[in-house]
Amino acid sequence: MNSDVLVIGGGIAGIEAATNLYLLGYSVTLVEQESELGGHVAQWNKLFPNYKNAHQIIQTLLQQLPGDITILRSTKIIHLSEKDRLFSVNLSNNSTITTKTILIATGYDLFDARLKEEYGYKIYDNVITSAELESLLRQNKPILTKQGKEPSRIGFVHCVGSRDRKINNLYCSKVCCVTAVKQAIEIRQKLPFCEAYCFYMDLRMYGLNFEELYNESQEKYGVTFIRGRLSEASETIDGKLILKVEDTLLGRPLKMTIDMLVLMVGMVPSKGTNFLIKELGLHINNGHFIASNDEHLRANHTNKHGIFVAGSASSPKTIDDTLADARSAAMAIHQFFKNSKL
Amino acid sequence: MSKSFGFLKKNDRTIDYDKNDRALFYYLMRVEPSAALCIACGACTATCSSGNFSSLDLHKIMLSIRRGEKVYIAKEITQCVLCGKCQLVCPKNVNTRGIIFQIMSFLQSSQL
Ligand SMILES: Cc1cc2nc3c(=O)[nH]c(=O)nc-3n(C[C@H](O)[C@H](O)[C@H](O)COP(=O)(O)OP(=O)(O)OC[C@H]3O[C@@H](n4cnc5c(N)ncnc54)[C@H](O)[C@@H]3O)c2cc1C
Ligand code: SF4
Ligand code: SF4
Ligand code: SF4
Repeated sequence: MNSDVLVIGGGIAGIEAATNLYLLGYSVTLVEQESELGGHVAQWNKLFPNYKNAHQIIQTLLQQLPGDITILRSTKIIHLSEKDRLFSVNLSNNSTITTKTILIATGYDLFDARLKEEYGYKIYDNVITSAELESLLRQNKPILTKQGKEPSRIGFVHCVGSRDRKINNLYCSKVCCVTAVKQAIEIRQKLPFCEAYCFYMDLRMYGLNFEELYNESQEKYGVTFIRGRLSEASETIDGKLILKVEDTLLGRPLKMTIDMLVLMVGMVPSKGTNFLIKELGLHINNGHFIASNDEHLRANHTNKHGIFVAGSASSPKTIDDTLADARSAAMAIHQFFKNSKL
Repeated sequence: MSKSFGFLKKNDRTIDYDKNDRALFYYLMRVEPSAALCIACGACTATCSSGNFSSLDLHKIMLSIRRGEKVYIAKEITQCVLCGKCQLVCPKNVNTRGIIFQIMSFLQSSQL
């Protein structure tokens, strides 16, 4: 099989880039390891900042995906090699693709919250991740503690696995502050008698309508924000959690018993991203994601000729940023073909 | 008699950058620059062995270093038992215990 571009990863970055590359006139093959396209966004429910339906976004992107693109689902990359500026890629279905360029759109994995042992994920009963809460919301399941009770207090812990030198992740994951605000609102909507608290170090409400969502969470839903880093959580015999936090704005220690703790897990490079970094000898940036050749002018180029990157494989990104980055990657590849007259 | 509008000059609560002495901050920048990474998140204070029973509040001390509030630091730092728990929880991996040692030796060698 031959193609101009092989897109690895069928999340929103891969889908959007493949569509645009096809529209620019290139033959495109899209490889996805899972049985469905959509990546992480396919697992989300209502999106920040405007409660747009994640499922509909994926549906729209898939409808725009031209039928002429070769899509290989449930397919893994086994090996890649290069000869005379052509890449030869062996796949798990025993086929080989020969391609002139590769676009890496293998995205991120969620930070493994067990590495922050002091927060008790997988140790205590009622500590869950933001992704798990999102999945409960998506399936419209009741929010209950392990003991089967409706929670009357839920805490959200920001920056779990991000901005943390202890685990060598210095970067901010960019989506978790506003996700906490959004999920706290959803908890207040679903469980009007449940209090919601966000424990943060800095609130990063940089995007369009983020600040408005934050205001709404306070004014309309009474979400309480406490500036302090959770130092430890312990469990009571009835499965509740006791939090120890310094309320830094008041300068006084705080103790709080809560029914459920939600850890706002950050992003780390996905296994697929790491595999390709090793396999292709790609440079990495400070966050251990794929490094751009030049962060301003050649953001979608890697250090390797003919290999490009799009979406959250190069750094944490929101959906808007991912889609814009994917279109920009398509243009970068277009320029590459025009300049090299391949 | 002129009418009083109730404006009072209260210097006692002001953090006075014109009078405060930031020498400790510059000293730490030299010998223990991780002090400058502190974002005052308070995790250290919440876990502090001594803070549960005393007024010791490391995140306030860390802020006071930059503010040049030397008198406050000298008063509070003596309550630290140097257990190092603060360092375990610090997300910025600030060498808190090392900083406390340096503060103590700095204060000893400089007269207040
Ligand atoms: C809890 C949470 C909530 C979020 N909510 C929002 C929100 O409300 N609004 C918003 O704007 N953003 C949100 N985001 C961010 C959003 O998830 C990302 O912007 C988006 O997923 C990035 O898309 P991507 O295609 O770059 O990566 P991914 O979604 O990670 O997709 C990567 C794809 O590549 C595939 N892949 C990986 N390795 C290989 C391989 N070796 N071979 C083949 N395929 C491979 C994966 O299976 C996956 O399908 C949220 C993030 C989190 C963590
Ligand atoms: S977006 Fe907020 S919660 Fe996420 S890493 Fe950045 S500061 Fe922390
Ligand atoms: S835990 Fe570290 S970053 Fe947080 S206030 Fe203490 S010293 Fe500063
Ligand atoms: S070393 Fe001092 S400041 Fe740190 S936790 Fe122990 S007593 Fe508190």
